[in-house]
Amino acid sequence: MSASSAFNDEKGGSSSVGEPEYGHDPASGGIFSSDYKRHDDLKEMLDSNKDSLKLEAMKRIVAMVARGKNASDLFPAVVKNVACKNIEVKKLVYVYLVRYAEEQQDLALLSISTFQRGLKDPNQLIRASALRVLSSIRVTIIVPIMMLAIKEAASDMSPYVRKTAAHAIPKLYSLDPEQKDQLIEVIEKLLADKTTLVAGSVVMAFEEVCPERIDLIHKNYRKLCNLLIDVEEWGQVVIINMLTRYARTQFLNPNINESLLEEGGEKTFYGSEEDEDEDDEDKDKKAEVATMAKRKPYVMDPDHRLLLRNTKPLLQSRNAAVVMAVAQLYFHLAPKAEVGVIAKALVRLLRSHSEVQYVVLQNVATMTIKRRGMFEPYLKSFYIRSTDPTQIKVLKLEVLTNLANETNISTILREFQTYIKSMDKDFVAATIQAIGRCATNIGEVRDTCLNGLVQLLSNRDELVVAESVVVIKKLLQMQPEKHSDIIKHMAKLIDNIQVPMARASILWLIGEYCEHVPKISPDVLRKMAKSFTNEEDIVKLQIINLAAKLYLTNSKQTKLLTQYVLNLAKYDQNYDIRDRARFIRQLIVPTEKSGALSKYAKKLFLALKPAPVLESPFKDRDHFQLGSLSHLLNAKAGGYQELPDWPEAAPDPSVRNVEVPEWTKCSSREKRKEKKVEKPFYSDSEGESGPTESADSESDSANGSESVSGSEVSGSGSESEESEEGSESEEEEEEEDEEKDKKKKKKELKKKPVQESESEQSSEEEEEERKHERKSKPRKSDSETESGDEEESESESSQSESDESESEAEVKKKKKAAQSKPPAKPVKTDGKKEKKEMSLLDLDDFEPAPSPQVTPVNSFLSSSLVTDLEGLSLSDSVLSPATIAPSSALKSYELLHRITGEGLSVEYCFSRQPFSPDANMVAVQIQFTNNATSDTKNLHMEDVKLQSGMRVKEFPEIELLPAGETTTAVMGIDFCDSTQAANFQLCTHTRKFFVSIQPPVGELMRPIFLTENEFKKEQGQLMGMNEITERLTLDVKCRNEHTIVQRVTTAANLSRVPCGSDKECSPPVPPPPPDHPVHRFAGRTVTSSSLVLVTVATKEEGAAQLTVNCEKMVIGTMLVKDILQALTQ
Amino acid sequence: MIHSLFLINHTGDIFLEKHWKSVISRGVCDYFLEVKEKAVEPENVPPVLQTPHHYLISIYRDKLFFLSVIQTEVPPLFVIEFLHRVADTFQDYFGECSESIIKDNVVTVYELLEEMLDNGFPLATESNILKEMIKPPTILRSVVNTLTGSSNVGDKLPTGQLSNIPWRRAAVKYTNNEAYFDVIEEIDAILDKSGMTVFAEIQGVIEACTRLSGMPDLTLSFMNPRLLDDVSFHPCVRFKRWESERVLSFIPPDGNFTLMTYHVSSQNLVAIPVYVKQNISFFETGSCGRLDITIGPKQTMGKMVEGLMVTVHMPKAVLSVNLTASQGNYTYDLATKVLVWDIGKLNPQKPPNLRGTLSVQSGAPRPEENPALDIKLKIQQLAISGLKVNRLDMYGEKYKPFKGVKYMTKAGKFQVRT
Repeated sequence: MSASSAFNDEKGGSSSVGEPEYGHDPASGGIFSSDYKRHDDLKEMLDSNKDSLKLEAMKRIVAMVARGKNASDLFPAVVKNVACKNIEVKKLVYVYLVRYAEEQQDLALLSISTFQRGLKDPNQLIRASALRVLSSIRVTIIVPIMMLAIKEAASDMSPYVRKTAAHAIPKLYSLDPEQKDQLIEVIEKLLADKTTLVAGSVVMAFEEVCPERIDLIHKNYRKLCNLLIDVEEWGQVVIINMLTRYARTQFLNPNINESLLEEGGEKTFYGSEEDEDEDDEDKDKKAEVATMAKRKPYVMDPDHRLLLRNTKPLLQSRNAAVVMAVAQLYFHLAPKAEVGVIAKALVRLLRSHSEVQYVVLQNVATMTIKRRGMFEPYLKSFYIRSTDPTQIKVLKLEVLTNLANETNISTILREFQTYIKSMDKDFVAATIQAIGRCATNIGEVRDTCLNGLVQLLSNRDELVVAESVVVIKKLLQMQPEKHSDIIKHMAKLIDNIQVPMARASILWLIGEYCEHVPKISPDVLRKMAKSFTNEEDIVKLQIINLAAKLYLTNSKQTKLLTQYVLNLAKYDQNYDIRDRARFIRQLIVPTEKSGALSKYAKKLFLALKPAPVLESPFKDRDHFQLGSLSHLLNAKAGGYQELPDWPEAAPDPSVRNVEVPEWTKCSSREKRKEKKVEKPFYSDSEGESGPTESADSESDSANGSESVSGSEVSGSGSESEESEEGSESEEEEEEEDEEKDKKKKKKELKKKPVQESESEQSSEEEEEERKHERKSKPRKSDSETESGDEEESESESSQSESDESESEAEVKKKKKAAQSKPPAKPVKTDGKKEKKEMSLLDLDDFEPAPSPQVTPVNSFLSSSLVTDLEGLSLSDSVLSPATIAPSSALKSYELLHRITGEGLSVEYCFSRQPFSPDANMVAVQIQFTNNATSDTKNLHMEDVKLQSGMRVKEFPEIELLPAGETTTAVMGIDFCDSTQAANFQLCTHTRKFFVSIQPPVGELMRPIFLTENEFKKEQGQLMGMNEITERLTLDVKCRNEHTIVQRVTTAANLSRVPCGSDKECSPPVPPPPPDHPVHRFAGRTVTSSSLVLVTVATKEEGAAQLTVNCEKMVIGTMLVKDILQALTQ
Repeated sequence: MIHSLFLINHTGDIFLEKHWKSVISRGVCDYFLEVKEKAVEPENVPPVLQTPHHYLISIYRDKLFFLSVIQTEVPPLFVIEFLHRVADTFQDYFGECSESIIKDNVVTVYELLEEMLDNGFPLATESNILKEMIKPPTILRSVVNTLTGSSNVGDKLPTGQLSNIPWRRAAVKYTNNEAYFDVIEEIDAILDKSGMTVFAEIQGVIEACTRLSGMPDLTLSFMNPRLLDDVSFHPCVRFKRWESERVLSFIPPDGNFTLMTYHVSSQNLVAIPVYVKQNISFFETGSCGRLDITIGPKQTMGKMVEGLMVTVHMPKAVLSVNLTASQGNYTYDLATKVLVWDIGKLNPQKPPNLRGTLSVQSGAPRPEENPALDIKLKIQQLAISGLKVNRLDMYGEKYKPFKGVKYMTKAGKFQVRT
């Protein structure tokens, strides 16, 4: 180290600013010779026995390598040390070898055996680094050895070594492309690797070796999507870019349907007179596509959705490259309505280093041309600061120009006005051009812009004036007849403007449009003729030009003047001017000798010149994949993979299916295939057939939950393969399946107690009835909400297949589709029967409990069942609360007394059903009773006042409530896990009432199912501040466990955790001599899903201990109070 | 991907080169140097250049150019982000990232570069992992190493590489366990001549320093997380948890790191802590101008404004200035034409003022634009957006760590147009 620094000092001294390169040049005198000496002693040091000397020598050598000095003559001395024990020496030798082995291949071979030994080392780091160096030294002879080593390493136990193998693949490929086929085999093998460590590197290898072999990805597609979030950031970039290309070949264009809808709007957006032909073509194409789309409605492939969903969180990455990769993926693959999410993330990147800004702005510029709306809200983020580098300024300007439209143009122009005064003249010129483009694109401001630009003509800066004249010229060329006054104004300006370029441009304009200003133009020529000799050359040329044009149009007035000017020019010093004069005289002045050309002089000079097109340099750049080097350069870079067009018809999606264990395979895979096949037909007729079929799907899933738990597993398997629960990867599933299998029996045991304790009293019929009810009614409403969702998303995004919920709906549709096939009916009855059997079984096993069944428990049962169903990864929000019959036992609260309500009385209760439109909301069931003598109309909510963060889903307006009638409605409130009241006005057609709903803390949670072990584990994590313990003496009536359970569940919407020992909760065996049973209850808060765990441990003589564990301490404290009250009363 | 890396100082010397594939002659840098010569400011060198056979992607950091040579298609941001990561790593290892310090530690730099890229593809970029493989140089260690002959290079694969939390070292041990979080907010604003806000937003960052033993699992929650509009996280933050509960849950890396950056939702009005009254004018005749700047407190939330500094990039024609400052000192750099007025603490009773005359090169045209003022300031103990950390909990370890949260507000790109 010290030597290297000494060396640097010396070098630092020698390399003055003037002659920086001498220090590096080995051929230059003194330093060269000193190098020689140094090499000798270096060799000596390398040969010594001391590691410290070797290390010192290697450090100095590496320092030479780093500075680009030639150290190749040390190769023999260095290579000997490759087997050195000291790890640092070894590493430095590796560094040296990689640098020089290519030049000295024969000598390099000496080191190979060491690496081969290293490949067998028990230490994975050594194995990996041996492979790394072996594959990096680029010696052609050892290709077979490398191949062998890579193959071996690809099946190494250590994922780190496998990663190194993946890195070695492109190295070998670049050394010997003939190994491609073998290497592809290795890639295929590594692609199947399940560790995140390998994923990025192998995809990189794939991209370098065989990017065209897209078929290798099929089987790994879902795995890659699911692993993505855990891959290291660089791997993420590569994988996302590859998957973008993959998706373009495998899925259908999600925007296929709206292209027609949007087209009208788009045309007005881009005042694109210039590319009308192109547009027409486009239109034809689009129309074609649209008709196709009509025939076959677009349904997003669940795999496509999976990709979009799993990449979205990466927009929050700290790595700009990852954010950009996701942004381009969304831009190229997402439905239009969803692309917007990337804007915020890209704007965030503008805070980063200027290089990042530069690249991001380039991409934003391209995006703004296609999707202007996306960035409009962020307009101000593109405002320019005087300290920005010029290249950033110009790009921001580009974006601002692209974003300009009728509504924001005034702010943009005001902003531009400040830019024009900038000291950075290149930037000013760019601003003027930007104004010109705004003026051409937005008709309304054309005149304003023109006037502004005309004022700029008096600017002192030549560049500014020249640029404005040029832009004005372009603008005038569009509609010259309208702007003769500006031409006149410019003609006046010629007295004041001294900048030759500007004078020349004005003269050209007057000449070109002399017919619009017939009176002024001869006068201008007169003036110019006077000053001709003093003008600059370009001005002189334009004077001649003007003279010629005037002569042709108005020879009467200007003949003499023209002659005069031409005579002056004839004797000019500049030969160009003399030539021009001679040429023009010949052309326009008819003489005997003049040829045929003079006849056409007028046509030659006054031909209609096409208006220049002012368009963004970023137009059409999006045919390059965004974020790529090629896009940035607007030219194809080597190795760039074209982004393919969407396929007309989607390739078979089943190629992405992965083998799953035998016993789940049959059920899930076949089902899916059916669905896929039927998809298009049924999604069409979904409207009518929805309700009945949805009943089926319920029976199906209910089946899964309530029958044998085996089917539970297969159920969940098939569900998540539908990619509904995209987060579960297939492998995980496999593993889980196995686990589940093991757990199966356990669960069965645990299940029983729950159900049984819940259904103690309910008779068979009741049970049946309830199930029927739940099965049919809620389902119906489910499909209603589904369509509701559709409407919503349609209105939001003018496009139906966009929303998350939509994709769920789609999946449901598919499910329905599959089941509504002819054999569906039997399936349905099957389901019922099975269920019946189930309940029979339940009740046969255990006799009805002696104590009377109370309805709160009843509802508790249903809701806990619901959560059980949810646990089976059914689509969330299964039951709609709308149809739950008001149950008298639920505690009702008064919302509006009938006296204050003038006859209208309103009560509400918490129905404890999941609120289907939004899982984060608590369902509130409201019962309206009209006690008045007249009808009440238009009952609805208004003026909702909430604490920040809270949200309300209003109940649908009740149009008519006849006198004496009662009706119910359901609304959802997201209380944000607080007991703050939701205030709103209840309006009838005549009156408004201020009311508020305040939830008891127990209603802010929903029950979840936990096993005892899980419960204890979770409890273990919620100790300390999160735990509240209270001692109490139980009420006398409340000493059997049933009442305890009942009271707790009435007080709070929790579900009971089945106890480890069966006897505890099975009533048939009457409460066993209690060794002080412990009752556990679990739930999650509705909004934040924080766990709420309640434990009631009974002791002798009615003493008990109540423990509440909850992350939200406030909720915990309040809950303790409530339960305490419930138990002691 | 990344073929070679050249480090070039601002005068154009290539003082380090590293190749990950075959060697590329340093002649390739000539294209870059040519462009650099033409660009007046180093910031104006385009980050991506095309040469006949290569593409050059460069960044400019701490007066050094990091120039990478690329041969095939690669996302430019990938390279740029990586180069910045390299610079960050140097900074992290050596305390600063300058030519002399890189030359002094050339071997460590080389070892680092070797670990960071393999065949041009990033390998280990997490500072915690790199530090396990190559120990940062300290005086003590170099002494110990020379005595004992041990080396700076680890011989074990860092456990982080293989785990799901590659950012954390294994077996961390401290006697004092502490975790500090700095909530730093920057106000980006453009004010127009009359002091009206053209554009203002708040960008925040939470810098963390954790020195905790074992595998602590931290949870950081905010009083008002809804203020946060757009966020980006260190990879350690569990995104799902944030989505559902607005809580930052993470197993932190060891040492310093940036936990998150955020943007405060734009609906909130941004409090501008100071007002600026300015009058800069150049006279038509007499080749001189006048400057008068006053800064006073506006919305400071009762806190002291410190580190106040005004920077003015004067027009090229301004030869010299003759000013008097009622508080603080001013300097005018004749070469770069930058006027810096370092005020220090803002006295609310007596707003600091800078006034005097500017002398303009005689004969030169009157400068057309008045220069913009860049303002720097600092307010301790205040997050201007009102963001507050609610609590920090630690799970997974038994000990009680010392926890601290600090707030600070700074001016980011704060510009006043004149």
